[in-house]
Amino acid sequence: MSIQLTVNKKKMSLDIDPNTPLLWALRDNMSLKGTKYGCGIAQCGACTVWVNGEATRSCVLPISAVANADITTIEGLSDHGDHPVQVAWDELDVPQCGYCQAGQIMTAASLLKKKPNPSKTEIVDGMSGNICRCGTYHRIQEAVKLASEIASKKKTKSTVKKSA
Amino acid sequence: MKSTRRSFIQKTALFSGAFCLGFDWFQANGKEVSMVQTTMESGRFNAFLAIDPSGKIILYSPNPEIGQGIKTAFPVVVAEELDVDWKDVEVRQANLDTQNFERQLTGGSGALKHSWDRLRKAGATARKMFIQAAAQTWNVDASTCKTSKGFVLGPKGQKASYGSLVAIAAKLPVPTEVTYKNRKDYQIIGKRTKGVDNKSVVTGKPVFGLDIEKPGMVIAQIIRPPFGATLKSFDAADALKMPGIVDVVSFKNKVAIVGKSTWEVMKARATVSCKYDSGDFDSDSTHQKWFDEGMKTDKATVQRKDGDFAAAIARSAKVVEATYECPFISHSPMEPMNFFADVRADGTVLLAGPTQVPQSAQKAVASLLKIDEKKVEVELSKMGGGFGRRLNNDFALDAAELSSIIKKPVKVMWTREDDMGGGIYRPAARYHFKAGLDASGNMIAFYLRGVGINAGNATRQDNFPVGAIENVLVESVNQVSAVTTGPWRAPITNFLGYAEQAFLDEVAEAGGKDPVQMRLDWLARVKSNPVGKITYEPDRFIEVIKQAAEKSNWKKKPGIHQGFSVYFSHLSYVAQVADAQMVDGKAKITHVTAVTDCGEVVNLSGAENQIKGAIIDGMGHALFAKLRFNDGVASPTNFNGYRLIKGNEIPTINAYFVDNGIEPTGLGEPALPPTGGSIANALYAATKKRLYKQPFEV
Repeated sequence: MSIQLTVNKKKMSLDIDPNTPLLWALRDNMSLKGTKYGCGIAQCGACTVWVNGEATRSCVLPISAVANADITTIEGLSDHGDHPVQVAWDELDVPQCGYCQAGQIMTAASLLKKKPNPSKTEIVDGMSGNICRCGTYHRIQEAVKLASEIASKKKTKSTVKKSA
Repeated sequence: MKSTRRSFIQKTALFSGAFCLGFDWFQANGKEVSMVQTTMESGRFNAFLAIDPSGKIILYSPNPEIGQGIKTAFPVVVAEELDVDWKDVEVRQANLDTQNFERQLTGGSGALKHSWDRLRKAGATARKMFIQAAAQTWNVDASTCKTSKGFVLGPKGQKASYGSLVAIAAKLPVPTEVTYKNRKDYQIIGKRTKGVDNKSVVTGKPVFGLDIEKPGMVIAQIIRPPFGATLKSFDAADALKMPGIVDVVSFKNKVAIVGKSTWEVMKARATVSCKYDSGDFDSDSTHQKWFDEGMKTDKATVQRKDGDFAAAIARSAKVVEATYECPFISHSPMEPMNFFADVRADGTVLLAGPTQVPQSAQKAVASLLKIDEKKVEVELSKMGGGFGRRLNNDFALDAAELSSIIKKPVKVMWTREDDMGGGIYRPAARYHFKAGLDASGNMIAFYLRGVGINAGNATRQDNFPVGAIENVLVESVNQVSAVTTGPWRAPITNFLGYAEQAFLDEVAEAGGKDPVQMRLDWLARVKSNPVGKITYEPDRFIEVIKQAAEKSNWKKKPGIHQGFSVYFSHLSYVAQVADAQMVDGKAKITHVTAVTDCGEVVNLSGAENQIKGAIIDGMGHALFAKLRFNDGVASPTNFNGYRLIKGNEIPTINAYFVDNGIEPTGLGEPALPPTGGSIANALYAATKKRLYKQPFEV
């Protein structure tokens, strides 16, 4: 049975076991290896992608459940690696080993879509489902805040341009 | 490799046409005209940098990067002495190259200490050659020229880029004497340098071990036996019929399921059943029995003896005793173990993947397959953490053996359950301390026995306050088990540091002393009249202690319960003050102040990351982590039962560094050992309850 879905704006058709978790379909069948395996039981968040814009754990999600859905992975978050979250992550030098960061970034970007100006508590709560074994949590939290500021500046700029 | 400098230049000049002091290693990249500067020691070379005529600067970072920041820190040192603009530098990970690099490993926080001079020399030697090349061109004295950001500047305003000087510099002899920059002139060292892989990480591009793809590669998972058990039989009939399954084979009590994709292998694996022999395999109760026996035995190994402990304890006015229990724990790096191996028909082997010790992987695989080491090539991938787990190359050996059996390139992938259940743990241990105090509350006798399971010497017998105490006895007992163990970030001291620092807090209390002043008094004693061998520098200890007390407002914060600890490990000194507060009737660690003396801080951003990360790591494992054993099987085996600290459970942390310009020592480990102690002591201050075992029951 072939399953249709859109991944990073590209239409895909996969002929695989419908029980295949989205994570392995992305990694093995679509060669999108930015999304990581950490636990396989939706505990660590390393596999976080967006399904129809919602941050979702891809390691326990069968591909059949995302038929016709719109998937965004770390590779598709921005065209030039310049999403405010990505910029902030580099600016504040968040990564240590880097393995969990794709999941962290997808979670953070989703959080900021819903709450463009999150409070400290909203950031801490919103990010605390993602494990970072290196302990980069302080910088993750600071970077989410910085990303929200970068995004709001960008927005202001484009508003100014429009009105000018 | 013994090579005279002259023949070395001649040889390498053949393939460049421009300046090139190089190695065969660089020939693979023929169009890149390489200027490779070397440092020499015992006739061996280190290769760290290449500059082409266009001015492109490539710095090679040889050591495995597991998140400790070495891939950024090493090139920072070279770039500083080379005197180039950091933004013009491109950093590449070097593969295993035993001809040109030494100590290409990650462990013991020893990389910077080992390579500091070599890295500086690599940069400074090249810089000197560019100056000489420019001086020759301008017909001026080299001493009248200086450098700035990749340019040589002449006395009359002349300016030439390093790239434009490559061809001339190539013909110069390699200088043997170089001078290093004065640290006040540092442009990059000590500043904040972002991780060189950041942009790649945030776009999902790095190739970690699990991301490796090679032509013709198959994927495998391995079912491992309970610790100590022997595989009797296995049934893979159903698995072999499943789609995508290539083979199911057995070696060394393991069963490997080989297939074309991860999910197909996982599904097939679930249908494989294994039968093992029965026996008296390790359980928690076995371990408790061994600890009890180890504490009682009169056959302990004496690790250190100063004065006469027995006589001193007999005349003590007060005796303090405590026992601390250290559980087995898993390293649990975010990227589970995995490795790629291709054992080829022509007798060569390609290994690729995450290992902290690539040269050991090469040797171990060569020995396993009974082939020459030179036939084993090792590619380093990016690594999703290590924490010591990737010091053991069991995963590389598994991959190589499996590839040799199935005669295919294979990537062996461990699930999280395999990773947590598959061995190489922090050894479990039990520690018993005894202190004798005189009538004024001064410690005159100190005793420690450490009983470990596959821990070797579970003590660190020369640790402070040893050296300040007149009568000391330190003993160890090692119990042998089938449960495999290995170094875990700050081996032994990751727990022992907590136990020692928590015990000293009890000693201070029993003696009516302030924990900070007590240590300062001891260090004054070490300076004036040390007892036995001293492995630490008391002045460096004193400085971090004083600064930590000052920066934390030690015991001057109303409503805040503080705990102190200080530790010397891996040649760096870290003092910590943890703050605890009562929140809804529960004690909570809200803040940690850490003062570190690691000598020169190479990259402030990376250094802060290491301190904060190590404190979070130490705190998380002290609070939550423990593996249990039943009949040779470990549990839990995933993060639903084995809790790692999360972002809403961390204290704020202030990390300070002593600015003393001493040559740098490592930072991957040193901030971890004092963490359990500072937080246990703060929690005691808040609750008046001493914590004797991990995980803490708070």
